[in-house]
Amino acid sequence: MATLLKTLDAPDAASQELERWIEATQNKSLLRFITCGSVDDGKSTLIGRLLYDSKLLFEDQLSALASDSKKQGTQGEELDFALLVDGLSAEREQGITIDVAYRFFATDKRKFIVADTPGHEQYTRNMVTGASTADAAVILIDARKGILTQTRRHSFLAQLIGIRHLVLAVNKMDLVGYGQSTFDRIVAQYGEFARQAGIDEFTAIPVSGLNGDNITSRSPAMPWYGGPGLLEHLENLPVGGAGSAEPFRMAVQWVSRPSHNFRGYAGRIASGRVGVGDAIKILPAGRKTFVERIVTSDGDLDHAVAGQSITVTLTDEIDCSRGDVIVAADNQTEPVSRITASLVWMSDEKLVPHRSYWLKVGTQTVSASVDLVDSIVDVNTLAARAGEPLCLNDIGQVEIDLDRPVPAVRYRENRKLGGFILIDKMSHATVAAGLIKDLPANAVRQPSGVSAFDDIVWVTGPGRTTWAAAAVARLKAQGRQPVLIDDAAVAVFPGDDPVRTAREVALLVTSAGVPALITVQALPGETHPGRVIDSSKSEDGGDEWVI
Amino acid sequence: MNAPVGFKTRSLNHLEQLEAESIEIFREVVAETERPVMLYSIGKDSAVMLHLAKKAFFPAPLPFPLLHVDTSWKFQDMYALRDKVAAEPGIELLVYRNPEAERLGINPFDHGPLHTDMWKTEGLKQALDKYGFDAAFGGARRDEEKSRAKERVFSFRDRNHRWEPKSQRPELWSLYNAKKGPKESIRVFPLSNWTELDIWQYIYGEGIEIVPLYLSAPRPTVERDGVLLMVDDERFPLEAGEAPVERSVRFRTLGCYPLTGAIESEATTLAAVIQEMLVATTSERQGRVIDKDGGAASMEKKKQEGYF
Ligand SMILES: Nc1nc2c(ncn2[C@@H]2O[C@H](COP(=O)(O)OP(=O)(O)O)[C@@H](O)[C@H]2O)c(=O)[nH]1
Repeated sequence: MATLLKTLDAPDAASQELERWIEATQNKSLLRFITCGSVDDGKSTLIGRLLYDSKLLFEDQLSALASDSKKQGTQGEELDFALLVDGLSAEREQGITIDVAYRFFATDKRKFIVADTPGHEQYTRNMVTGASTADAAVILIDARKGILTQTRRHSFLAQLIGIRHLVLAVNKMDLVGYGQSTFDRIVAQYGEFARQAGIDEFTAIPVSGLNGDNITSRSPAMPWYGGPGLLEHLENLPVGGAGSAEPFRMAVQWVSRPSHNFRGYAGRIASGRVGVGDAIKILPAGRKTFVERIVTSDGDLDHAVAGQSITVTLTDEIDCSRGDVIVAADNQTEPVSRITASLVWMSDEKLVPHRSYWLKVGTQTVSASVDLVDSIVDVNTLAARAGEPLCLNDIGQVEIDLDRPVPAVRYRENRKLGGFILIDKMSHATVAAGLIKDLPANAVRQPSGVSAFDDIVWVTGPGRTTWAAAAVARLKAQGRQPVLIDDAAVAVFPGDDPVRTAREVALLVTSAGVPALITVQALPGETHPGRVIDSSKSEDGGDEWVI
Repeated sequence: MNAPVGFKTRSLNHLEQLEAESIEIFREVVAETERPVMLYSIGKDSAVMLHLAKKAFFPAPLPFPLLHVDTSWKFQDMYALRDKVAAEPGIELLVYRNPEAERLGINPFDHGPLHTDMWKTEGLKQALDKYGFDAAFGGARRDEEKSRAKERVFSFRDRNHRWEPKSQRPELWSLYNAKKGPKESIRVFPLSNWTELDIWQYIYGEGIEIVPLYLSAPRPTVERDGVLLMVDDERFPLEAGEAPVERSVRFRTLGCYPLTGAIESEATTLAAVIQEMLVATTSERQGRVIDKDGGAASMEKKKQEGYF
């Protein structure tokens, strides 16, 4: 853009220059980063400054900023950069959940997407969400306050979520006289913590967001600092490419069958590269074949790399559907139905162990239950505590059972396929984010198909009402709260087929981990989820099926 | 994007990444919902969205229809492009007009905000209900305004199409949760992470056809309350003494022609449009210097010359 502007006096040259500029900036790279800081550390001012100083701003945005600054700004006649990123406070007052706001700016070299996570109440949830796609984290420190508990918390979460580049922005340097000793002391202190926390690398930069020191250019106020400004550093961090060196993996999103003679498998490459003729394997089944074509609407490709969305065809007609993962033929991944994971709880409702949740990993959704909560990390003290339920913003080390084997990948090996979400089967809310830690040996279980159905019991026979009442009492004595679905209960839905109603209600409650006893008379031979107990025969069969 | 054939390892540029991400979103929605639809408003964002959707499912045709919620007051050029798109093989385009608004003759000249409310808002709900769509792709972007910055890619609506702020879900990695109850629906925004500049660059790079109104041309206009309106058809009620004047104008956004202001411009090419819209901060800083040199007047002059 800078070169572009020089030529404005000569219109023809200008249009050529413009086209060259457009071509050149087609080839920008993309960096996603997250900013971490507490209220008043200067996060809004810093982001606003970055947007303003580097974004190719549109005319109307600029005039809006100027008039907002006059009306609401805190900086007198100066532009108040914080106003460029505001727009969250109103929602906060209305009690609307805000997790992450995304901002965009670009330089000639790179496009940036900033995940800005407001507030501290929901900090863990928000930061993990914003960080899940970030390449870098900018951790803000108020130079007057130094390293605080929250600095450690931000760093811990950034590391947990696998962010490769940590940037420590020591802000408000103007308030400590731009002094080197303050900066050095903070860096040394952080270095000490980083070593303990297992953080290998970080870059510290002294800045003043308010005055623009060491943001887009090096500050003359701090000649003792020889490193790059914040923007220069962010412009030069390595991105992408790394995934290309890993083994090839692609989860199948969609099977394309426009005609009899075309069958393509569409997906986005999670890691590595794939070429025509490559030997591949389809997981979890393990069948092997070769890549025939890599089809895109811009023509077939010879190769494709991590990050690309492609469609492949295979040389053999073999079974492959959504949820399967295509990997290089020599990939040793064994499908597992049990994983250990770090689980970040994101819902107001606590985790219910053994309840059946949906677990989405890659493009596969399976039934899963959290079997064991080993320990919970206290994000404030970074100490582990045990024996408590997992609540909003807790991070627990857990073991999870899946209802069928999936080709799981450890999160540290691949963020795209090693991360998962848990979904509540009733409310459909996303209740947790998980990072696969390990795949315990012998963890393959055959698909049970109907794991949630074990809790549904149809009681038949003449004494069914009495029998069911006794069973309910027994379950209650064991601390469970069963739901009894009898004729009176289904009568609440007049006009509906009572057996169907009973079945639907039972499925609903058991998906929430609540056992269901049904005494509605069903025809023999009708197939229903759950089991049938004949009360006239097994008087005390109850104990046997109570889980 | 035309990826070079036979490359070894390389990383994708920002437009290639945005493209791949949007394609991934399209495919997830098609795989996980029953009856998706694309809201097609004929503007530049819709043009990009359609282009991306075609890429996502190539060589198969689009696995969902396009829906144009019409108001009967769009520019003629927009209807022309819409009909051209509808005639493409493999494209199914549905046009819905709120019958109530049609019956009452609701129009922007006489009915103010009711026009948008009945034709667009109500029209959209009616159309979604009529066809039973459970997911609708929209072209909104997070950079459009500050308050959109925190919008999700998947935005959930209850059975009455109400947005339930409490039930919006955190979005991690590229794992979208598309589970929903009966009659609930999702609005999906595959262009969430695109900026206006990205859109223009992509249109430029991919040669995507857009409505010619985005480029300057001599057009019949009248000025009302400082807004330049185009007299696009005979329904435009000219006031006494008002006569259309031919001006070289273009449009930054497109909607109903009586509600869409034109800007005077000489930008007859895509490249020139991009140039006119951008204010690099380098220019802003230079601008200040120029300001000091020649005062506010020189700044104003630069502006008129298309500096901004
Ligand atoms: N002196 C000084 N003040 C700053 C700096 N950055 C931010 N501030 C001030 O600190 C206060 C909080 O800043 P803001 O950006 O709103 O913080 P946020 O809550 O982290 O977003 C405001 O009064 C800012 O003007 C800085 O670098 N130097």
